Formats: sequence, structure tokens, C-alpha cells
Amino acid sequence: MKRFLWPLAIFFLLVGFLAAGLKLDPREVPSPLVGKPAPAFELPVLHQPDKRFMPGDMRGRVWLLNVWASWCASCRDEHPLLLELSKRRELPVLGLNYKDKGEDATAWLERFGDPYQLSVVDADGRIGIDYGVYGVPETYLIDADGVIRYKQIGPLTTEILEGKLLPLARSLKK
Amino acid sequence: MKRLVFIFLVLHFSIISGQENPETEQRILRLSEKLRCLVCQNQSLADSPAELAVDLRRQVREQVKAGRSDEQIVDYMVQRYGDFVLYEPPFKASTILLWLGPFVLLAAAAAALVAIVRRRRNAPEEPALGREEQRLVDRVLERDGNAK
Repeated sequence: MKRFLWPLAIFFLLVGFLAAGLKLDPREVPSPLVGKPAPAFELPVLHQPDKRFMPGDMRGRVWLLNVWASWCASCRDEHPLLLELSKRRELPVLGLNYKDKGEDATAWLERFGDPYQLSVVDADGRIGIDYGVYGVPETYLIDADGVIRYKQIGPLTTEILEGKLLPLARSLKK
Repeated sequence: MKRLVFIFLVLHFSIISGQENPETEQRILRLSEKLRCLVCQNQSLADSPAELAVDLRRQVREQVKAGRSDEQIVDYMVQRYGDFVLYEPPFKASTILLWLGPFVLLAAAAAALVAIVRRRRNAPEEPALGREEQRLVDRVLERDGNAK
């Protein structure tokens, strides 16, 4: 009986590791950008192409940068949540329109509603690369000093928004 | 198969880039193979048809042309996408188990093997046959011999 003890212990250890491994989501790549200054850019504004926006314009405020595109299906899932958030005026939401066509993007906002204070146009996705975007939608919480404090990959949910993002935003405002 | 894919990729790259110098192409390919495509995570940048991979390959190409070193280009990717973008994780505190774990296991297995072999060697020898048993064996052997 005793001779089975060791293999059994090793077996359960292995099962433990594998069970933990099952729970890990390989899609959730920890962003090296959290805690670092938001990469600078200067991009045209979607609705006013002759105007340009820089993240530095938001200095002193805590804000959300939401990466979206009209071709992105799961952006539509989180859209009602963003609309509701912008109505509450608690946190400015800015959009980064990622690899999209201008007319498609404006049509999409007209159809589903525009939660963004403004959207900037990243037509060729270069700024997306600077922000480590690999799956739209992605959302960044940026503090008053321009440092990224949180990154959400994939659509926002009520749980994430109410449970993590907003509490963090409130604590950053203090 | 791998060779074919390689040749295809080289051709592919040289067609879209309008016949660059083959050494540069080799370098771009080598770099793209080291980097993971974040959209289809089991493919390298070189293999992946995803749009992001196309963009990142373009980045690699531009940076190679701009004369940046392999290290600088890899750093550029790691700064944006983290260590995850590397197929070969770097050796550091958080990956020490990953790198050394197999060797620790190997050493443990070797130690266990040595211990077991020693224990067997030191075990008391099987007692010789008792008188009764010896007689039985002799009888069987004899009969066997006679039968032939």
C-alpha cells in the first residue's frame, strides 16, 4: 500500500497544476504598459478632421481611452455600457477609432449612439501598436499624470466597470 | 513541410517587398519567427495571416530598414506586448521555475533512481534453498534430463 503513496501524491500534485492551468486565460496578456505613461500621439479627431488631439490635452483628469472600430463585433456588446457611463458624466470617455474607415466609423456612432467626448482616428493602427492593442475593444484607465492604471482587454462588463474600473478611478481622483 | 513553408514565405516576402536583399529578408523572417502573433497565439508573426501580424511584420521591416538591431526591435515589441510576445521567455526571477524546473525534476528523478538501486543492492540476499526445496529441484531436473 505504501509504495503507491508517492505516485499518488505526484498524481494529485499534477492534477492540481493542470486544474490551475485550466483556469488561466491565455488571452489575458498582462500589459507591460500598466504603471507606465500612456504613449504619446497626435491624431486627428474623427468629427473634426482638422483638429488634432494629444493625450497630454487630458492632463489633470482621470479618463478612459476606449479602442473601438465599426468592424468589431464585441464593441457593440460593450457599447450600451459606455453610453450609460458617458451619461453619468463621472469619467470622460475618449475613443480611439482603430483601423477603421472614417465614414464607417461615423455611421456606426450615428446608428448606435456616441458615448465619446471625442474619438481620434488611428487609421493604420500604428498608435494601436504603441498601446499594445491586439484585440479590439480594449480600454485604458489613465490618471491625472497621464499614467496608465488599468487595461481591459475585450469588452467591458458591468462587473468589471463597477467592481474594478470605477472604484479605481474614484481613488485616483482623490 | 517546414522547408516548403519557409520557401513560400521568403518568396511571399520578396514579392510584396519587391525583391529586397536576401540577407535583410532572412533577418526579418528570423525575427518574425521569434515573435508571437497575439491574435492567433499559437502562431508566430511569420506564420500568421492576422491583420495585426501583418502590421507588426511591417513594423519589423521598417525598423530593420531603419538600421535598428535585432535586440532593439525585440525590445520594442516587449515594451508594448510584454514578454508574452516572445516565444522564448527571458531568464528572470518570475521564469526561474520554468527554466530550471525540468532540471530540478531530472535531478530528483536521478536521485530517486540511485536511492532505489542502492537499496536493492544492500537488501539481504534471498535465502538459499532449504533442504527440502533443493531435493525437489534436483528431482525435477533429473526427471527432465532422463526424459530427453
